[in-house]
Amino acid sequence: MTGDHVDLSALLADSRVTEVLDELDNELIGLKPVKARIRDIAALLLVDRARAQLGLVSGSPSLHMSFTGNPGTGKTTVAMRMAQILHRLGYVRKGHLVAVTRDDLVGQYIGHTAPKTREVLKKAMGGVLFIDEAYYLYRPENERDYGQEAIEILLQVMENQRDDLVVILAGYADRMDTFFRSNPGLSSRIAHHLDFPDYAPIELEEIAQRMLTTMQYRLSPSGLQALHDYIPLRMNQPHFANARSIRNALDRARLRQANRLFAQKGLKLDRDALMTIEGDDIRASRVFT
Amino acid sequence: MKITQGTFSFLPELTDGEIDAQIGYALDQGWAIGVEYTDDPHPRNVYWEMWGNPMFDLKDAAGAMMEVNSCRKAHPQTYIRVNAFDDTLGFETTRLSFIVNRPSKEPGFQLKRHEIGGRQIQYTIESYATQKPEGERYG
Repeated sequence: MTGDHVDLSALLADSRVTEVLDELDNELIGLKPVKARIRDIAALLLVDRARAQLGLVSGSPSLHMSFTGNPGTGKTTVAMRMAQILHRLGYVRKGHLVAVTRDDLVGQYIGHTAPKTREVLKKAMGGVLFIDEAYYLYRPENERDYGQEAIEILLQVMENQRDDLVVILAGYADRMDTFFRSNPGLSSRIAHHLDFPDYAPIELEEIAQRMLTTMQYRLSPSGLQALHDYIPLRMNQPHFANARSIRNALDRARLRQANRLFAQKGLKLDRDALMTIEGDDIRASRVFT
Repeated sequence: MKITQGTFSFLPELTDGEIDAQIGYALDQGWAIGVEYTDDPHPRNVYWEMWGNPMFDLKDAAGAMMEVNSCRKAHPQTYIRVNAFDDTLGFETTRLSFIVNRPSKEPGFQLKRHEIGGRQIQYTIESYATQKPEGERYG
């Protein structure tokens, strides 16, 4: 690269990052603000690279992120994509995702935590470390809790080895807020806060369709109607976990379908019968009672 | 006297960047990295201390470099080597091993003559460093 201009679109094509972004758009339903933020970040990183080519200052940007949102809103899935995107843009060397929770980082006795945390960090080097339900690391009610030690090691690596590792903290929004408030050091080292919104009913329907397609099932017209009625009812129930609840509902519908097919003894079943979920399979759910 | 051993023994000392690249190569081959140290420079010394467990599931050399550096910090005046272990059937052995740290002053070896029956002489070498007990060698 010589001269005094760079070709951004060539740089973009070169990084093949558009493929991942388009995949993200096509394969994940909804999540508009998240997708927009990811595009912003990708654009920033690309421009940073262009600046570097022209010899302008481009200090390695802080890429640690926090993903907040209700259960089942796709945090882990997006984290996986994020690792790919950062890999294509050359900000992590390997692009693998290491997903951990408190149990993987915090030890059970004095002196156990540091080696355990370091072990995980070593594995995540060159990739993305995804800490699910990160707020469990900090337990204010127990001042001798080993979680604090894990946080300190984490902080040190997040600061000193920014080129080697990107950390993504994930969890429910309200508890993450308390977590960040009580750990200001952590909060200030995280540049990007992404908030995952809940899905609208129509989006959940689409997600359900997609899940069924990948499992090689389909809904009959009555099944489709039943699903349409089911989703708003389920959303009003306690412990609603967005896409995860939908997946569970579909699993139960498959169970009932299997039962129904089994009850019709002596009947020859064709491909279609094995694939189709009828309205009654869904309407038998306790949500409708 | 500079002790040499292992894969790059005829080359000048590897820089950290080169060590990183060599570890990266080993990881790409699917080999496990182990860090070991000793203060006994005898060439036949096979009893090196392990620095932590061998690292079987690393993806990137930065993780192994973390261990190399923490070992250097804890034992600056020892020999430290990096081993790459290949677990594929038929090999199951160390494929790559090189020194990444050495004491600042290496006193070298003494040749000892030992007279046995008749006028025969047996020779043995002894490191000046090992004349002091373990842990007190190399100042």
